[in-house]
Amino acid sequence: MIAFLELIGAKIAETVEEAGRIMLFFWHAILWTFRPPFRLRNLVKQMEMVGVNSLTVVTITATFTGMVLALQSYTGFRRFGAETLVGTVVALSMTRELGPVLTALMVAGRAGSFMAAELGTMRVTEQIDALGTMAVNPVQFLIVPRILAGIVMLPILTVLADVLGMIGGYVVGVELLGINSATYVRRTFDYLELEDIYNGLIKATFFGLVLSLIGCYKGYHAEGGAEGVGRATTSSVVLACTLILVSDYFLSALLF
Amino acid sequence: MIKIFNLWKSLGGKEVLRGLDLHISRGMITVIIGGSGSGKTVLLRHLIGLLKPDAGSIFVDGVDITKLNEIELNEFRKKFGMLFQSSALFDSLRVGENVGFPLKEHTTLSAREIEELVREKLALVGLFGVEHLMPAELSGGMRKRVGLARAIIREPEIILYDEPTTGLDPIMVDAINRLIMDLQHKLSITTVVVTHDMSSTFKIAHRIAMLYGGSIIAEGTTEEIQESQDPVVQQFIHGLAEGPIKVG
Repeated sequence: MIAFLELIGAKIAETVEEAGRIMLFFWHAILWTFRPPFRLRNLVKQMEMVGVNSLTVVTITATFTGMVLALQSYTGFRRFGAETLVGTVVALSMTRELGPVLTALMVAGRAGSFMAAELGTMRVTEQIDALGTMAVNPVQFLIVPRILAGIVMLPILTVLADVLGMIGGYVVGVELLGINSATYVRRTFDYLELEDIYNGLIKATFFGLVLSLIGCYKGYHAEGGAEGVGRATTSSVVLACTLILVSDYFLSALLF
Repeated sequence: MIKIFNLWKSLGGKEVLRGLDLHISRGMITVIIGGSGSGKTVLLRHLIGLLKPDAGSIFVDGVDITKLNEIELNEFRKKFGMLFQSSALFDSLRVGENVGFPLKEHTTLSAREIEELVREKLALVGLFGVEHLMPAELSGGMRKRVGLARAIIREPEIILYDEPTTGLDPIMVDAINRLIMDLQHKLSITTVVVTHDMSSTFKIAHRIAMLYGGSIIAEGTTEEIQESQDPVVQQFIHGLAEGPIKVG
C-alpha cells in the first residue's frame, strides 16, 4: 500500500516538476520575444509551416465534420419535425467547439509533431548547441518564431474550418437532404452571434500556444539519439492533444 | 589565456568534473585526452558557456565566464569558434549559408561580401565549389571541413575542437590534423582539442592534459607526457586493456 502511494506521489511530483519546467521555458521564450533582433523571416517560414502546410488536413477535417454534423442532426431533428434547425446546430457546433478543437488536434498532430521532431533532431545532432556557440540564442532563433506562428495561425485556420464546416453542412442539408436553401441559411445566421465566433477564436489562440509550446519544449529537450527524438515527438502529440481537450472544457466554462 | 579553477560538475547524478584545474596558453594547441565518458566534452562545453559549472571558475582573458549572463556570454562567444564532433551543420541550409551564418547574424556585410569570405574560408579548408550543396550530400570528412570553415569564418581568437578525427578514414584524419596545425600557425589561434586519438594528439599537440576521474592528472609537453611515470597515463597513451583504468 505504501509502495503504491509512493508511486502515486512520485508521479505527481514528476508531473508538477515537468509543468514547472514548461512554464519556465515559456517565460524564457516571452523574454526573448521582445529582445532584438526580431526575426521576421523565421516567423514567416514558421507561419507557412504551421498554417499553409496544414490547409489540406484542416480543409478535409472541417468539411467532413460539417457534413456529418448535418447528417446526424437531421436524423435526430426529423423525429420531431425540426429539420430546419440543422443549419443552426452546424454553425454553433463548428464555431464554438469543433472548429477550434478539431483544427488544434489536427495541427498538433501535423505541425506540433514536426516541431518536436525537427528540434529534437537539431538537439541530438548538436545543431542547437552550435547556434549557442555562434552567439545566437537558440530560444530566440528557433522557439519564439514557432510559438508566435502557432498563436497567429490557429485562429486563421479555425476561421477557415468554421466556414468550410458550415459549407459542408449546407451541401448535405440542402443538396442531399432537401432542406430549403433560404431557410437553412436564415436559420444558420439567426442564432449565430459574434460572441460564438470570437470566443471560439480565443480558444484557438490558446490551443495554438499550447501545441507549439509543447512541440518546442519536447523537441528542445530531446536526448538519446533517434529513439529520443521519436519519444519526444510522440509525447509532444499526446501531451498537446490532452492539454487541448482538458483546457477546452475549462475555457468553454469560462468563456460561454 | 584560459584558466580553469576547481571546476565541479555533476550530470544525471554522476560527478563528471571533480575540482578540475587547467591553464591553457595563448596561441598554442592544447590537447585534452581521456577515455570515453571521462568528461572531455563536458569540459569543452564549459569553456564556451554551453554548460554552467556547479562550482569553480573559468577565466578567459581575465573574465570569469561562469558569472556572465546570457547576453554578456553571447558577446563573449564571438571570440570563440567550435567544431563539433558531429560537425553540427544546419540541415536546412546549404553549405555556403552554413559557413556564412555567423557573418549574416553578427555583421552588416553584404551578401556578395559574405559569399566572398565563405569561398575564401572553404578554400582554406581545401573545399571548392561546394557552396550550393546541402550538408546531407557531403561525406564525413567534408562535413568536418565545412564545420571548420564555419568555425573560423569570424577569425576567432580561440577555437575548440570536439573529437575532430573521430569516424574519419586515416587519410582524412591526417588532412584534418594538418588543417588544425595550419590554422593555428596561420591565424595564431589558441586551440583546444579534446580527443582520445593518440596518434593525432602526438602529431598536433604543443601541450597535452590528461583528464581522468574528473580532474587533470597529468599535463605537459608531448615528451613529458610520453615519459610520465603515472601508470594511468602510460596505460592510456599506449592503449592497453590491462592497467589501473578498468574497461567497461
